[in-house]
Amino acid sequence: MLKLHYNLEKISMGLVIGIIAAASVGGLVEIAPLFTIAETVKLPADLRPQTPLELAGRKIYMREGCYACHSQMVRSLADEIDRYGPYSRAGESAYDHPMLWGSKRTGPDLARVGGKYSDQWHVAHLINPRSVVPASIMPSYPWLTQSLETELLPDSLATLARLGVPYDKAMIAAAAADAPAQSRPDSEAAGDFAKRYGERPAVRAFDGDPSRLTELDALVAYLQSLGTLTSVQNTPPVEAAK
Amino acid sequence: MIATLTVGERRTGAVLSVVLAVMGLAMAGAARHQVMAVHGFMAFGLGIGLVILLGGAVFDPDTTDGRQNRYYDAPTRFGIVMTLVWAVIAMGVGVWVAALLYWPEATPLWPATSFGRLRPVHTTGIIFGFGGNALIATSFYVLQRTSRARLADSVSPWAVLIGYNLFCFWAVTGYLMGSTQSKEYAEPEWYADLWLVVIWVTYFILYLRTLARRNEPHIYVANWYYLAFILVVAILHIVNNLALPVRWSVAESFPIWSGVQDAMVQWWYGHNAVAFFLTSGFLGMLYYFLPVRSGRPIWSYRLSIISFWGITFFYIWVGSHHLHYTALPYWVQTLGMTFSVILLVPSWASAGNAIATLNGAWSKVRDDATLRFMFVAAVFYGLSTFEGSFLAIRPVNSLSHYTDWTVGHVHSGTLGWVAMIVFGAIYTLVPQLSGRREMASPRAIEWHFWLAVTGTLVYVIAMWNAGITQGLMWRTYGQNGALSYSFLQSVQAMAPYYLLRTIGGALFLAGAILCAWNCYLTVRTAHGEAIDRPLIPEPAE
Ligand code: HEC
Ligand code: HEM
Ligand code: HEM
Repeated sequence: MLKLHYNLEKISMGLVIGIIAAASVGGLVEIAPLFTIAETVKLPADLRPQTPLELAGRKIYMREGCYACHSQMVRSLADEIDRYGPYSRAGESAYDHPMLWGSKRTGPDLARVGGKYSDQWHVAHLINPRSVVPASIMPSYPWLTQSLETELLPDSLATLARLGVPYDKAMIAAAAADAPAQSRPDSEAAGDFAKRYGERPAVRAFDGDPSRLTELDALVAYLQSLGTLTSVQNTPPVEAAK
Repeated sequence: MIATLTVGERRTGAVLSVVLAVMGLAMAGAARHQVMAVHGFMAFGLGIGLVILLGGAVFDPDTTDGRQNRYYDAPTRFGIVMTLVWAVIAMGVGVWVAALLYWPEATPLWPATSFGRLRPVHTTGIIFGFGGNALIATSFYVLQRTSRARLADSVSPWAVLIGYNLFCFWAVTGYLMGSTQSKEYAEPEWYADLWLVVIWVTYFILYLRTLARRNEPHIYVANWYYLAFILVVAILHIVNNLALPVRWSVAESFPIWSGVQDAMVQWWYGHNAVAFFLTSGFLGMLYYFLPVRSGRPIWSYRLSIISFWGITFFYIWVGSHHLHYTALPYWVQTLGMTFSVILLVPSWASAGNAIATLNGAWSKVRDDATLRFMFVAAVFYGLSTFEGSFLAIRPVNSLSHYTDWTVGHVHSGTLGWVAMIVFGAIYTLVPQLSGRREMASPRAIEWHFWLAVTGTLVYVIAMWNAGITQGLMWRTYGQNGALSYSFLQSVQAMAPYYLLRTIGGALFLAGAILCAWNCYLTVRTAHGEAIDRPLIPEPAE
């Protein structure tokens, strides 16, 4: 062995190939099967893709680095289930490019935060967390009252559609209009929005002001959607795996 | 720097700079998005600056006679300067984000100075800016000494270093403007990722071409580690960053991976960024500078072979220990856990080999603060890999995951191991490159050493306490069968530890600033060439 290595050290391409070979095995064994086995590729029947407004909110969540302090992955441990709710299933994040499971909980897990608080609470909390939770160390985000950019939404939906998220042509074409529509419950556009996305997504003035579409609208819509895109987490594991 | 180039090379450099400027301008012109336009103008400005610098010198006399008899160290010098610049920037931001967790309002209410945007500036700036520049700079130095050959050409080392730093500046300014992929340690957007691929391929080719010119039959261990670092980081970077841009004119994209698959790919990348960036490359550094500084050969050649292939093979399997109890299939978690424990063997073989090398040189370790940096680095390497293997065990991870224990582990590895070995290498290299026997102020090294050790211990111990407290509070049940503590109570319990961590970090930062100042003094009073391992000259180029 030692002799063999003694000779290998004289050939740089030999080392290069050896390194690539040694470093490839583990990744191939662990990653490749994930694209085929039922546990990981099974889509929950009721999983809905995010609406354009929620998707815009997700982008803001990433932009502001909320994921650095908040996880979105309830582990299958008793205390986590008691604290946050049903543990997370693989299918829940099937449309998440990228996933936002996170690795640090400076703040609580958000996988089940949808519906936990009112919109007003979120708005006040985001603008200044200490106004509602005096001991909070979460940063303030007063600039989220600025208006939301919707120009990129059609292309964003089109890109996701190419990656396999079920957005149809009509959804892509109307994405820029559907974002404000979701925050104007009494408008005509809201009716068109409901035709495309069904009755499940909430249609409300998330930031309390239907006349303006702000980043707060998007982020709060996103937060309120967390844990509500499917109900697979409420089924017993055996059935979910089927 | 320019005087080391021939007139022809200056021309080539100027042409490349023009290409960079044109590319930057095209990017800025095409961009429909503020971030990409700013980045285009940054590339344009850099290109123009270099054109002026090089173009102005095209008619200066050529003073490169006899240079094939000398090593090419100007890029290493530049790389060390950038290492120190990034150290101060990124550790400074580290102290800032640490302070924000204690005092959330210690920041102007601007988007760019918000915690979530500054934190990746710290991680990218420190890993890629500080760590990456140190690795590239030392790899050029070590490669030449161990091959007894000059770098294969004089233009590409500059292309690698300058291009790489452009990537780092794109990355951190991007986060400040809100551009991020949100994948940990792989936050930069698609065009920056593509740019890094170009740079990295250039680096790899330069490395192989120089190895091909070596005058030693054997490739020294340090180079295996540097090679593994270059190669595997390339594979990881490409696979993890596969993404579809929303449009070619905007800095926004969607990774092609989603959900569980994305999580697995991300942590396969994430952990091996630890392995091949923060470990393999720095072991290369250790395997060269420790024997050189202590004047003793590596203790066991056989052990170095075993640990090299062990690390290269086993590390790749362990990424899934970041995903215990999540929606990742159980068997993948089990594989990750098992291999993490096995990984302790080659890791400790490396650490042990390093420490055993110092046997017989303990008096030097006592007297020489530079060697002590390297010794402490090897010790912390051993400690943090032990801790890592322990944290990877599923039940332990159920407590530690998501808590500050992880952050404590991270910084025992990065402050104790990565930063210490870098400082050891810098204190060996800088006098050597300035033609001096020692640094301008040996006392400052001594101060730096104690600041660094104290800072690391304060930081790490505070975070261990924080993490374990947090983990226990989250899982404690009361008599009535309900959870005892609200989340907020666990947040409040962290305050004293976050304060301590900030102080520890500030001490560490102070040491780094002292190091930069000492290097400046040393370089300012440089004498010229130092005694060096003789190079075997190539026939005239
Ligand atoms: C510095 C870390 C940090 C960052 C960054 C951060 N948060 Fe928080 N977050 C916290 C902490 C700590 C709490 C718990 C105290 C509180 O409720 O304010 C919290 C609480 C929350 C809650 C309430 C959760 C619950 O179940 O009670 C929500 C919702 C939330 N954050 C959303 C966000 C969003 C959205 C962002 C990004 C715009 C964000 N956070 C960024 C630390 C952070
Ligand atoms: C001056 C010294 C330093 C200070 C004060 C500091 C501070 C911090 C802080 C506050 C965080 C965020 C933790 C959190 O979100 O809870 C962090 C994360 C991190 N730092 Fe540092 N840091 C320092 C040096 C370094 C060095 C030298 C390195 C690497 C070479 C490093 C690598 C990292 C990494 C990888 C993370 C991310 C950890 C994770 O996601 O779990 N840091 N640091
Ligand atoms: C045998 C070697 C090692 C093993 C088995 C190991 C294992 C681990 C484990 C189990 C975690 C926690 C994952 C989680 O719960 O989220 C972790 C996190 C981490 N380790 Fe290690 N570790 C090792 C060595 C090192 C070294 C030497 C360094 C640094 C130089 C390092 C840097 C990190 C970083 C940066 C993270 C944080 C990742 C994140 O969550 O962002 N590790 N490691």
